[in-house]
Amino acid sequence: MDFAYLAAGFGAALTVIGGAFGIGKLASSAMDASGRQPEAAGDIRTSMIIAAALIEGISLFALVICILLALK
Amino acid sequence: MDINSTKAVVSDTLAHVAEKAQDTGWIMHHILDGKELEFPPFGVIHLPEFHLFGIDISITRHVVFMWLAVIILVLVLSRVARAYKTSMVPKGVNNVMEVLILFVRDEIARPTIGKGYEKFVPYLLTAFFFILTCNFLGLLPYGSTATSNIAVTASLATISFIVIQGGGMMKNGAFGYFKGLLPHGLPFWLVPIMLVVEILGLFTKPFALAIRLFANMTAGHIVILALLGLIFILQTYFVAPVSIAFALFIYLLEILVALIQAYIFTMLSSLFIGMAVHQEH
Repeated sequence: MDFAYLAAGFGAALTVIGGAFGIGKLASSAMDASGRQPEAAGDIRTSMIIAAALIEGISLFALVICILLALK
Repeated sequence: MDINSTKAVVSDTLAHVAEKAQDTGWIMHHILDGKELEFPPFGVIHLPEFHLFGIDISITRHVVFMWLAVIILVLVLSRVARAYKTSMVPKGVNNVMEVLILFVRDEIARPTIGKGYEKFVPYLLTAFFFILTCNFLGLLPYGSTATSNIAVTASLATISFIVIQGGGMMKNGAFGYFKGLLPHGLPFWLVPIMLVVEILGLFTKPFALAIRLFANMTAGHIVILALLGLIFILQTYFVAPVSIAFALFIYLLEILVALIQAYIFTMLSSLFIGMAVHQEH
């Protein structure tokens, strides 16, 4: 009864849900802010990309653990 | 066909897929470090092995590609530096280099470090160009990404850690630096806990830098290899157009990720340097 693959699959799925939800919320506020003040669109885009990379870093932590699980 | 033979065909395909999908060793073979440079279908170059005091320091694929990145950077950037001796206006390829260098200095170093940023710009430029070149070399045919090795990214993060702590301690003094870690106006009984938490925070931030770069580079390669490997697992040519289209899309995304990850590493290093040097919360 090898549950490692199942655990890796569940872990990756939950991580993707969390990451996509976070980045979606981030992108939506960035769109709202750009709509309100189009001159600041460049700054907002830069900050959005930085925040997206940080959130993705967190989800990749979990991905590394899932890969370790699946490889054992 | 009646229902029984359809069920037989489906279960046969599934069994075949399940059996074939077990040998995913070839994905790991392409991602992990190896002691040979492989150029299928032409040949294989075996790299020399060295053992020193029981530690394996043989030259592997990632080492060769790191050296290649260093040689490329030394050749290109020394030409750029020499071109500035004759005139302040760059010509040709030097224009692109000037754009990147000014981007690192004006958008990354100056806003985050503030006063005294010039001392740290050489290190930030080195990190940015080295990570960018290593990432891009991994995307070429027969290339191998040095930054997809946790040892390489951990070394880069360690060097960042040394620059951050060194910069902070040279500016604020060794004891003043640790005192500046604590927020202003803290009740005395909170000081031990806050000190432990802040010192732990000093270590987790470069650790996150290393893991972020490593995981981003490795994940992109795994997705491309898995998509292209679908053709071999399902053993049919009809999957090939779909598989290659998706793999091409992920490949373009990976070029973007290579640029963004180099930028993020440099930006976060610069942010931490700024937080260590100017410690006013």
